[in-house]
Amino acid sequence: MALLETIDITKVFGGLTAVNKVNFKLEPGQIVSIIGPNGAGKTTFFNTLTGIYSPDGGEINFNGRSLLKLRPDQIAARGISRTFQNIRLFGEMSVIENILVGMHVHLRQSPIATLLHLKGFKNEEAEAENKAVELMHYVGLRGVGNELAKNLPYGAQRRLEIARALAADPLLLLLDEPAAGMNPQETEDVTKLFRSIRDDRGTTILLIEHDMRVVMNISEHIIVMDYGEKIAEGTPAEIRSNPRVIEAYLGRGAVAGQHEEKLS
Amino acid sequence: MISMTIRQLFEQINRGYWPYAIILAHIVLGTAMVYSTPRSSIAFLVLITSFFSLYYFKADIRFKIIVGAILALIVIPIVGVRNIFYLEVIFQVCVFAALALGLNIVVGFAGLLDLGYVAFYAVGAYLWAFFGSQQFYVLHFAPGTQPSNLPFLLPGDAFYLFLFLAIIVAAFTGILLGLPVLRLRGDYLAIVTLGFGEVIRVLANNLDKPLNFTNGPQGITPIQRPTMPETVVEWFNNVFGGMIGHKASTADLYNVMFYFFALMVIIVIIFVTRRVDDSKIGRAWTAVREDETAAIAMGIPLVRMKLAAFALGASFAGVMGVLLAASRTFISPESFSFMQSIGVLSMVILGGSGSIPGAILGAATVTLLNLQILQGFSLYLSELRQSDAVIPLINFAWRDLSTQLDPAKYQRLLFGLILILMMIFRPGGLIPAKRRKRRLASDQATAEQ
Repeated sequence: MALLETIDITKVFGGLTAVNKVNFKLEPGQIVSIIGPNGAGKTTFFNTLTGIYSPDGGEINFNGRSLLKLRPDQIAARGISRTFQNIRLFGEMSVIENILVGMHVHLRQSPIATLLHLKGFKNEEAEAENKAVELMHYVGLRGVGNELAKNLPYGAQRRLEIARALAADPLLLLLDEPAAGMNPQETEDVTKLFRSIRDDRGTTILLIEHDMRVVMNISEHIIVMDYGEKIAEGTPAEIRSNPRVIEAYLGRGAVAGQHEEKLS
Repeated sequence: MISMTIRQLFEQINRGYWPYAIILAHIVLGTAMVYSTPRSSIAFLVLITSFFSLYYFKADIRFKIIVGAILALIVIPIVGVRNIFYLEVIFQVCVFAALALGLNIVVGFAGLLDLGYVAFYAVGAYLWAFFGSQQFYVLHFAPGTQPSNLPFLLPGDAFYLFLFLAIIVAAFTGILLGLPVLRLRGDYLAIVTLGFGEVIRVLANNLDKPLNFTNGPQGITPIQRPTMPETVVEWFNNVFGGMIGHKASTADLYNVMFYFFALMVIIVIIFVTRRVDDSKIGRAWTAVREDETAAIAMGIPLVRMKLAAFALGASFAGVMGVLLAASRTFISPESFSFMQSIGVLSMVILGGSGSIPGAILGAATVTLLNLQILQGFSLYLSELRQSDAVIPLINFAWRDLSTQLDPAKYQRLLFGLILILMMIFRPGGLIPAKRRKRRLASDQATAEQ
């Protein structure tokens, strides 16, 4: 059974249809990329999945249940975590605290136990802290637990956002342009990280990415969007040779030119 | 340059046994000054600021607690009974510190700008004012027409019960306000809370008809206090009478009692605030303050967390309201004006938004400025006006100054100036909020092999 399935999902802003009847299925354990030119509706699609926007039509099923009518925090609690295109950390909180916020849905902490520091509370906090440190190391951050998130360098902030998303033990991880602004070495490192997240933890990953090295290297399946519609889908090899994709990226002339070359 | 040398000097003396000597000297000096000149506000300030040297200097925590307890529980009451005005000032500092701590949860932790915070204070005050006075039997009388021999609805000792009831009622009011408005953000939320604060005040002003609940602008009086046994007064006079110099009356002891209550409430508030701040709720509040969208994507239920902040902040104000009603034995809508909300907010911001010691220091600073320093200053200016003194350099006689430029009016101006300068030179507040450092034993900079 598919982990995530959207049926004719649609989102309209005024006269603009940002996402237009997108159907797609995500199998558990897959790494899938969504690509497309700027303004193709990829981030809007993400925001519709996570409940930040409510769709104007269609159906979203996750893990066998509908996500429509759920608030974003309820969707997160069902097991979808995400990172943001423009990093959105809690800047005035420490690195560890950022990760602990990610664990929010799993912490029990009754008011009484919190006030009286009962044993259950203390144990849970200590456990959560240990787990947060582990996660921090897992994404490649060391010795910065007490640093404020805003003081981290850019690449480390991207990693911290991933750790925070992983802290909720999600079934599905949504990454919005995780390699944006990174140099080739950093890009290669995070690509490895994504693959190990899937391999170690079995987390399904859906990512939006412009860097084609990342996309072609890591994805088992690729979805191409343009003007709010899904225009193609398939394996990296299929997508690479799909004329509609090339057209969307390079314009009509490019495809024509390609045909001319073939003809001559 | 100058601040650097001051800081170096401070580092120099803030080690070894120096802090102990300085703290004790400060307290002894303050006490001696207050003793020798009971009317001098400078002497009083010296004594009061010894709390800050107790906070700032490095010393053993047990030493700090013991000295602080002696100062707060023995020295202040004695000095306060000697000159009851000081006790009043300190009581006000405590009341505002508690309010600032409550508002700090809403504004500082959760980042929700609340411009109507005194509404909850009013709810607590009117709760006890109604049930702890004759008001229940006045329901059918217009203000001012009730007979004078009405009974009281509840005994004065019900006060203790109402301290707890106020927590629930005020928290409930907080939720009631929060439910419809918490979907709003920033400016919009601020405007609605401002409106709510005014609504409560106007209600208090006008609920004297058709049924007379609040006695309108005249306010409710007398409001009962819990009973004070004669033996306590006797005991106090026997033990401390010699140091005070005159016989303490029951009224004096009531002031001491309410001061103790206020202290207790503050301690409870600090305890609760710290515990909550160190839990998932406190982290969720900070996360909501930092970035709502990211917080909700992490599974934090936005409305519930904001409601929790509103309810907790409101409940603290409610308790202080009950305390105020009982200590004053009189309340009227005037005490809950918009300016009060702004005043408490300025304490939070001045002290350092999100910082517990900051809120207390902010409350103390603003209250002392208003009640002591600025008042003393404008008194001094008024005296100048009465005298033959001239303004130096321009040779202008003070008494020729037109009434529009009455120096007594400079008090608010000066207060405003101080706020502006503070925000320019110390935008984080007097004691900026700090994140707690965790030990994180397993977090080494390099991987363990």
